[in-house]
Amino acid sequence: MSFINRTARSLLLSELVSGMALTFKTMFKPKVTLNYPYEKGPLSPRFRGEHALRRYANGEERCIACKLCEAICPAQAITIEAEARDDGSRRTTRYDIDMTKCIYCGFCQEACPVDAIVEGPNFEFASETREELYYNKDKLLANGDRWESQIAQNIASDAPYR
Amino acid sequence: MTLWADIVWPTVVIVATIMLIVMPLLGAVAYLTYAERKIMGAMQLRQGPMTVGPFGLLQPMADGVKMMAKEVIIPSGANRVVFLIAPMITFFLSLVAWAVIPFDEGWVLADINVGILYLFAISSLGVYGIVMAGWASNSRYAFLGGLRSAAQMVSYEVSIGFVIITVLLCVGSLNLSDVVLAQQTVWFVVPLFPMFVVFFVSALAETNRAPFDLPEGESEIVGGFMVEYSAMTYALFFLGEYANMILMSGMITILFLGGWLPPVDVAPLNWIPGIVWFAAKVAGCLFIFIWVRATFPRYRYDQLMRLGWKVFLPFSLFWVVLTAGVLVAFDWLPD
Repeated sequence: MSFINRTARSLLLSELVSGMALTFKTMFKPKVTLNYPYEKGPLSPRFRGEHALRRYANGEERCIACKLCEAICPAQAITIEAEARDDGSRRTTRYDIDMTKCIYCGFCQEACPVDAIVEGPNFEFASETREELYYNKDKLLANGDRWESQIAQNIASDAPYR
Repeated sequence: MTLWADIVWPTVVIVATIMLIVMPLLGAVAYLTYAERKIMGAMQLRQGPMTVGPFGLLQPMADGVKMMAKEVIIPSGANRVVFLIAPMITFFLSLVAWAVIPFDEGWVLADINVGILYLFAISSLGVYGIVMAGWASNSRYAFLGGLRSAAQMVSYEVSIGFVIITVLLCVGSLNLSDVVLAQQTVWFVVPLFPMFVVFFVSALAETNRAPFDLPEGESEIVGGFMVEYSAMTYALFFLGEYANMILMSGMITILFLGGWLPPVDVAPLNWIPGIVWFAAKVAGCLFIFIWVRATFPRYRYDQLMRLGWKVFLPFSLFWVVLTAGVLVAFDWLPD
């Protein structure tokens, strides 16, 4: 009996037909892919993307040149030089991040006592030359100005869990 | 005067007819690649091409421009002449077979009375392009692909031959238009359904389509016979392969699905011109080609050979005998 069953099933191609029925049904399901450059997926507030140096609301830069980020950076991607400014406050004269070394671990952001260096929500900063990825202080501050609203929002929404 | 009336004018008419067949065919090939990517995308929950033009509709054009702009690379160890002739043969054979395909009643370039033998011969020659490409590339992968293709196409041609014989027994003519007209009462897919399935699966194997795409076998032998080809030489293989798919769908349509005939010869259906019915049936077959590709994994080589020689061959032979017996026993033989 089982022989007849098996033969009948293979002659009627029942397994092939059920497989094809499955793919046919799948064809009408909603797609799971995004049309990327035009559609983007949601990002977590903790997303670690391109770095930015933030400023206070009055325009003063937050970084106090404590060099904790430079010390903790496991890839040693950060280089800082600092000296006292005319008004006596301690500020960086040089703040470089080598984005080709950076592993986007977020330790610099965790180490920063004044929330100056942060990893923002931007991940679309690919460049055609290597040199463009050696970020200096101007570039980082410009990033901070550009992404400030989203960065501030992300920090605020993540604050209850810290 | 006779020069004009007897030689030039007929030549112009024939060339114009050929263009009328080949140009839409190439367009169909281009959009078959688009349809394949879209349908397979949908079946794998993807979107398929979306960027070039609305819904990616201009993607085939972009691909064509890319193919033409690239450089033809000929490997230093290759036999240059054979290497370049192989894709041309594949492309040429896939186009030349269309000469005998009737698109509608009387719409056929060469209404020869052995049309089906011609089709069978041309589709059998298709293996030469692939074997030559595999040999001339002087590469191991290409050679393996060529060998596989030769064995595979020869094996499945045998059962295709028997299927064609079965249909011919029911028609009593080798002319393709007669084959279609013999299906006016009922399409052959109904009485000969098992033969239809055998023919369809053999057509998949004959066109090197999944699940029988061992000659290409991109996951094991990289690209098989196409591995050394680039730019237009590759494009010719690609076009030839897809034109062959359309040709095989055309053969299935003519042999089993009633060619240009509507399903039933009643008022609203027989107003639609035959060419539309023909195109719709071919498109349906092509959809199944793509559907099968999206569904089944590739056969192992020994399984492929087992299916060809140990299942299809005896099965189709049995059906030839059975059909002949039934036709004689009930005196249904065509005149």
